[in-house]
Amino acid sequence: MEKLQSLAGVAAPLPRANIDTDIITPMKFLTNARFDNMHERAFEPLRFLADGGENPDFILNKPRYRNAKFLITGRNFGCGSSRETAVWGIKGLGIRCVIAESFGDIFFNNCFQNSVLPIRLPAETIAELMAEAGDDQGNMQFQVDVATRTLTTPSGRSITFDLTVDRQTSLLEGLDDIAQTMKDDADTAAFQTEDRTERPWIYDLGTID
Amino acid sequence: MPPTTTEAKTLFENLWDSHVVRSLGENLDLLHVDRLLIHDLSGSRALTDLNERGLSVRNPELCLSMPDHSVSSLPGRTLASSPNGVRLGEALRDMSAAAGIPHYGIDHPNQGIVHIVGPETGFTLPGSLLVCGDSHTSTHGAMGALAWGIGSSELVHVLATQTIRQRRPGTMRITVDGELGDGVEAKDVILHIIGALGVAAGTGNAIEYAGTTIGAMSIEERLTICNLSIEFGARMGMVAPDDTTYAYLKGLPLAPQDEAWDRAETYWRSLPTDDDAVFDREETFRAEDIAPQITWGTSPGQTLPVNGIIPSPGSFVEAEMQYNAETALDYMGLQAGKTIAGTKVDRVFIGSCTNSRLIDLRRAAEVARGRQVAANVTAWVVPGSVQVKREAEAEGLHDIFLAAGFEWREPGCSQCVATNGEVVAPGERCVSTSNRNFVGRQGPKARTHLAGPAMAAAAAIAGEITDVRALAPTTGEG
Ligand code: SF4
Repeated sequence: MEKLQSLAGVAAPLPRANIDTDIITPMKFLTNARFDNMHERAFEPLRFLADGGENPDFILNKPRYRNAKFLITGRNFGCGSSRETAVWGIKGLGIRCVIAESFGDIFFNNCFQNSVLPIRLPAETIAELMAEAGDDQGNMQFQVDVATRTLTTPSGRSITFDLTVDRQTSLLEGLDDIAQTMKDDADTAAFQTEDRTERPWIYDLGTID
Repeated sequence: MPPTTTEAKTLFENLWDSHVVRSLGENLDLLHVDRLLIHDLSGSRALTDLNERGLSVRNPELCLSMPDHSVSSLPGRTLASSPNGVRLGEALRDMSAAAGIPHYGIDHPNQGIVHIVGPETGFTLPGSLLVCGDSHTSTHGAMGALAWGIGSSELVHVLATQTIRQRRPGTMRITVDGELGDGVEAKDVILHIIGALGVAAGTGNAIEYAGTTIGAMSIEERLTICNLSIEFGARMGMVAPDDTTYAYLKGLPLAPQDEAWDRAETYWRSLPTDDDAVFDREETFRAEDIAPQITWGTSPGQTLPVNGIIPSPGSFVEAEMQYNAETALDYMGLQAGKTIAGTKVDRVFIGSCTNSRLIDLRRAAEVARGRQVAANVTAWVVPGSVQVKREAEAEGLHDIFLAAGFEWREPGCSQCVATNGEVVAPGERCVSTSNRNFVGRQGPKARTHLAGPAMAAAAAIAGEITDVRALAPTTGEG
């Protein structure tokens, strides 16, 4: 996994609640043989018109926001299915930081598996950030620094956000959960040995044929 | 490790604590995974990832795979009947075989939707920790299991390590007391709850459903309740195991047998929440207040009693909710202020991991018996598993459906998600017993109304959304 230590760029305001994973990556793309092109139709119902052309009103289609690295959006973002394609689609569009009042749980977790930073902030703060993101008079640059857990807005306002140490470390160092857990395999083996005497039925399923 | 009995604990805490392999600090634990269910949509992809990393499946004997999302539901189908089915189904079959993972292939007498098959075979057990790369894994909590849906990276993690890293969620108890009215089903109970609490109310929480209404429910009904937990953001939903659970499980092929059963049952009886245990949040509902539900919008929380009036966006306090209602009404082609009953429908889908078990099909068949599907409606019944199909046919339910003009199809996810190509056409309106009415869920521009099986069958007969309680009684065997 690549590192995410800091990020600077434009933030796209998407003031809408409950954007679900079916909007971000509609089910019809999930049977694709490849998943590295999920961004091509990400947000399809919002981003494209019925004739397949781009919807000029959608924020990420506006010239100023095409290269956005941040997305600021309403509450319960990424609710719905467990599909990790939702994170891949967003990341493929160049967005590495999503700021919302709340997130779907699984989506939130999936972000950290893909070096995307989800930040939860109170509703009032989100509204203020959206106003700043939508104001094209200034430099429009948002910045995030993972080490200090700080978000800096174009006006220079600095906001500290919550991030647990393990997630912070994995972003900073680009660490992969699987490799880490495999180092602890002796613990798993010990757990199973003891558990087998406690709950043997978990391990002896009988024949599945 | 067995649950300790020294302090008051919730069912959730007992389940969680008995699976901690190692604490990773800050509320993060490494948990042992007892059961992993694998389906065609994410399974072969995850196994490919695993192989590419040079890793192998740590405990294939604790896994079970089957195709469900991509398979065709066409009578007489094979993997080749659905374009995606061939590639995804064959890949899952071959990769499962290579990894030593037990597999219920398309021709297997136990094939079906993962969330139907797990409980009905005894693969899902009380006190077990079960995960699957599918958000509706919360379903299995109805067995007294700790179960939730995981993402692709987590799935590879579980395959490689038989563990999962998880932050301990908060706890919430939803108590439903009293007796349900005639024609009110488990689906109505959970839609009512989601409508009342809002689609984000459960976020970050593990829910326990309790109370006399839940206690009186069959396992199948509890599975329906837990299935929709994810639709209000909860990662897991569960019901404490009780005599109903043990009666359901005893003798199932993958459940413990003989002395192992006795030991297991003793253990399971130690799991339920202590009387004085404390939850982070409590909500209570009265069964009498719950009417048959039908959703009007594009989120499961946008639900109404079937005799209700379609709400106007202005009736919501928050601007965001107003906006959501406005866009939902527009997408659904509905007019605020009108009754929802009487809305013409084009399709009815009775199926999905929410409502395609035997008891669901019995409910729908009761309504269908001796009646005819309206001329303007295409109505499907898709049993959740081969076993459900077999049992339903043994009771003659398929004859009732066929005589009434329903199609009787093969098991799978089918029109719940339309991955197999079985879409609801653009602009068509479908009453569906599934769990998601999101924009485009059943196909581009498809309009979905969620309801229970009796209400769905009633809509098929009436050709419009209708109150199942108002259907005139029929006589005869149809
Ligand atoms: S039936 Fe629908 S909700 Fe259930 S697993 Fe299949 S696609 Fe998912």
